[in-house]
Amino acid sequence: MNITFSDFTHETYIAGLSGGLLIGIAAGMFVLLNGRIAGISGILGGLLQADKGDKAWRVLFLLGLVIAPYVYQIASNLPSATIETGSTQLIIAGLLVGLGTSYASGCTSGHGVCGISRGSIRSIAATLTFMMGGFITVYLTRHLLGL
Amino acid sequence: MLNFNAFLVGLLFGLGLIISGMTDPSKIIAFLDLAGAWDPSLAFVMGGAILVGAIAFSIAKKRQRSLLGAPMRLSSANELDKGLLIGSLVFGIGWGLSGFCPGPAVVSAAAGQPKALIFVASMLAGMALYSMIERRGK
Repeated sequence: MNITFSDFTHETYIAGLSGGLLIGIAAGMFVLLNGRIAGISGILGGLLQADKGDKAWRVLFLLGLVIAPYVYQIASNLPSATIETGSTQLIIAGLLVGLGTSYASGCTSGHGVCGISRGSIRSIAATLTFMMGGFITVYLTRHLLGL
Repeated sequence: MLNFNAFLVGLLFGLGLIISGMTDPSKIIAFLDLAGAWDPSLAFVMGGAILVGAIAFSIAKKRQRSLLGAPMRLSSANELDKGLLIGSLVFGIGWGLSGFCPGPAVVSAAAGQPKALIFVASMLAGMALYSMIERRGK
């Protein structure tokens, strides 16, 4: 397969790497200080389970996540986001992501960042599987079905 | 202190997602589109995060309690069960359809992006559906 690159510049990879380092620092602080995994789907999902008593730290973690764009805006404008996906497709995608990450006990943060960082076989398998699912889906929708 | 750190970690995590460009779904789709104009950004983001994460987790794994005295909650499971693999595949399909995974979607929805709000509402419904099914199964 020939791989062509997008307009991927020096700045984009510096941005990716530095944002990634910050995510790693956050995940590292969470496990070293709180003894917990910074997995967004798990933290959100735990709030929806009535029998879980440990709500306070989950709410505060999410509060931090939610104010991040406002804190970022103190220094700079938010980067632009392009969402070409229609509402119906977004609703289907949201359901699949909600169900899938619940059954898999994790998403890109919990398995992809934290799980791989601690060398978990389950997380490596999960990450390879959801990446494969993403690659196949984008190939089908973009190149075969033209959605 | 534990709760304050949870807040701080959430904030840093969100800033990391914004700085890295991961709150733009078209960048995620460009990463997943191997046959199109490929954007390797996501690999740099994960690489950077795992680089730092691996150091922290190697210290954490040797400890029974965290530096603040909380129990170290690291899963010891290592079997690849059906839930993990099918769940991940289903997540990957939804990820490829939208370019959203949970973290960036929550940050974009918080910033008031209407399509991200639709996605997050639906994702929460999916998670709630899972807990209903799980509770019925017990």
